[in-house]
Amino acid sequence: MTDSVLSVRDLVIEFATRRGPLRAIDGISFDIAKGEVLGVVGESGAGKSLTGTAVIGLVEPPGRIASGEIRLAGRRIDNLPRDEMRKVRGKQIGMIFQDPLTSLDPLMKIGDQLIETIRTHAAMTWAQARDRAVFLLEEVGIPAAAERLMAHPHEFSGGMRQRVVIALALAAGPDVVVADEPTTALDVSVQAQIIALLRRLTRDHGMAVMLITHDMGVIAQIADRVAVMYAGRIVEIGPVREVIGRPHHPYTAGLMGSIPSLRSDHARLRQIPGSMPRLDAIPQGCAFNPRCDRVLDRCRVERPQLASFDRTAAACFDPILGHDAEVRA
Amino acid sequence: MSEGETPIAAAVPPAEVPPLVRVSDLRKVFDVSASALERMMSGAPRRLVTAVDHVTFEIGRGETFALVGESGSGKSTVARMVVGLLERSAGRVTIDGTAVDDPATPRAERQALRRKIQMIFQDPYASLNPRWTVGRIVAEPVVTFGVLTDSRAIERRVGELLALVGLAPADRVKYPHQFSGGQRQRIAIARALSAEPAFIVCDEPTSALDVSVQAQILNLMADLQDRLGLTYLFISHNLAVVRHMADRIGVLYLGRLVEVRPARALFDDPRHPYTRMLIEAVPDLEAPSVVRDPARGEIPNPIDPPTGCHFHPRCPHVVERCRREVPALLDGVACHRVADGSI
Ligand SMILES: Nc1ncnc2c1ncn2[C@@H]1O[C@H](COP(=O)(O)OP(=O)(O)OP(=O)(O)O)[C@@H](O)[C@H]1O
Ligand SMILES: Nc1ncnc2c1ncn2[C@@H]1O[C@H](COP(=O)(O)OP(=O)(O)OP(=O)(O)O)[C@@H](O)[C@H]1O
Ligand SMILES: [Mg+2]
Ligand SMILES: [Mg+2]
Repeated sequence: MTDSVLSVRDLVIEFATRRGPLRAIDGISFDIAKGEVLGVVGESGAGKSLTGTAVIGLVEPPGRIASGEIRLAGRRIDNLPRDEMRKVRGKQIGMIFQDPLTSLDPLMKIGDQLIETIRTHAAMTWAQARDRAVFLLEEVGIPAAAERLMAHPHEFSGGMRQRVVIALALAAGPDVVVADEPTTALDVSVQAQIIALLRRLTRDHGMAVMLITHDMGVIAQIADRVAVMYAGRIVEIGPVREVIGRPHHPYTAGLMGSIPSLRSDHARLRQIPGSMPRLDAIPQGCAFNPRCDRVLDRCRVERPQLASFDRTAAACFDPILGHDAEVRA
Repeated sequence: MSEGETPIAAAVPPAEVPPLVRVSDLRKVFDVSASALERMMSGAPRRLVTAVDHVTFEIGRGETFALVGESGSGKSTVARMVVGLLERSAGRVTIDGTAVDDPATPRAERQALRRKIQMIFQDPYASLNPRWTVGRIVAEPVVTFGVLTDSRAIERRVGELLALVGLAPADRVKYPHQFSGGQRQRIAIARALSAEPAFIVCDEPTSALDVSVQAQILNLMADLQDRLGLTYLFISHNLAVVRHMADRIGVLYLGRLVEVRPARALFDDPRHPYTRMLIEAVPDLEAPSVVRDPARGEIPNPIDPPTGCHFHPRCPHVVERCRREVPALLDGVACHRVADGSI
């Protein structure tokens, strides 16, 4: 992809343990283009946050990037020295986490936190940085922004705090933002506001977003493409409408089918039997094979690679194709 | 229940059968002021939060009644008062016609009643004692209420319960940390079922779980309801989950019920402006391209709530009267504008 801002190739992340290395991320590749939102979904423990952590250069021991590359606007960033990476993070890559309180200093005024961040990344006078802080707070929809600069985080509601965190992430005008469950702790009404905000920012500023979430509704609202992760691998990736409406991988289909909808009434939910394997017990062949209702002999010995079907790619020897794919019809 | 069938309690529970649970005029006021001494020093006034205010509802036998509402609206506070974990400031809760904590009720009867009520919490990590084996956790209500005394019978019962929730009887010797989040919630359900309750209060039972595990737990809860005739008070802020589980729904806003109606009616034709806003705000998987109007404003400060109808500062239909008068719940909706037919 030529317009790719973020490019991850064959990423492998391992954890050192007494019984040898555990492979938590097993050869992941994806790109995110300018102005694009890539949603990342999948079972708890599938490796979504870990992938995001690698992109922002914060994988900590005992974890380490064992192989692969991460490129930002063409420049390799996975092997940068710590302080070099610290500059990239914040300036070119912004971060938004689930709990706004972990990203804000409770003792520091909102305005000071913003101004400090802005001045770390741009040569501005204090007054210029202050104007920019007001502009950013207005941009994320905080009313009477100039007066709110003196407030401490605890004086804001959860939704307002998350907007401040977004303003902080945007302070240096990053090319890419990694957002890990940014709306999970928020109410539906506030969540809708944050989604609308993120969407406007990608449109107006060409920012690329890696959006990690359990919430398929949020993905449907904001993502352009989705990557579905299972046991440390991407099992399906493609345009959001395709993946949600016509999933090819049986795991994706199971995931989509298990979501109750506002129209579903009392019908029994489809469920995927069993649970995701632990990292030290990933079965041979396709990691999903013990839970798969389409399993073939081949799936138990050979690991499927991502292959293209229509506009999506799925790692499956017997993908759901054509008419049998209308799972949500 | 299979698709197409009418839900049991699409209508209000039939009048001949008395409801299992009756909650009337429930109220809870928390004192969140600084200590008396500090107040004396600083001259700060007493600060009270009315977390639950005049909440009244009934739940029929075998019915699932859901409470929804934004964070801080009072859902958990209602739940904790209903099971008796939290003292009420006012109001009455009866199960099967008997008040759980009425001193006039004979002790044995109260004890028997307590056995009928169990609770499942949101966090399956925090709600299970990490130092107890699964067997001991599940058996605890059986032992406490003296349902069984013979240790072999208890062991058999624990094995049956674990099998019922989809675990293996052999899992009884393990500890909670050896299980995944979804499996732990199964353990919590097995424990809740062990003393053969009639009524289970579920406070966000699947909110900590991912969607595929959530589907397993919701299906399990529906199966158990069908098999054992259980009655549920089901709390969640996920409207799709509530729509899926509930027969009737109560919508809470800042501690007051603003709408109480059968699930299907509420979703097909929400009446209260707040309910409409909530339903509008839910991202729709089937129509992802629809750009929604983001909900206006945020839930106000409960220490200093708006006068009249609590929702009036956020309401697109507000008129002068809404600022002054608290609307009564009429035909399941507490809204002046709905009551006078103008919206
Ligand atoms: N310090 C560690 N040591 C060993 N394994 C770890 C460590 N940190 C994470 N892991 C493992 O890495 C895997 C990926 O975890 P990750 O947090 O990325 O999952 P996730 O997809 O974000 O899940 P969730 O949806 O629950 O947030 C998990 O199996 C986890 O157990
Ligand atoms: N022990 C307490 N002391 C003081 N205030 C309390 C206490 N427990 C709850 N509250 C207040 O009561 C109100 C209702 O809280 P409650 O926990 O019932 O809300 P909820 O609807 O369950 O919210 P959530 O969706 O976040 O769980 C809130 O304003 C809360 O801050
Ligand atoms: Mg995560
Ligand atoms: Mg609660």
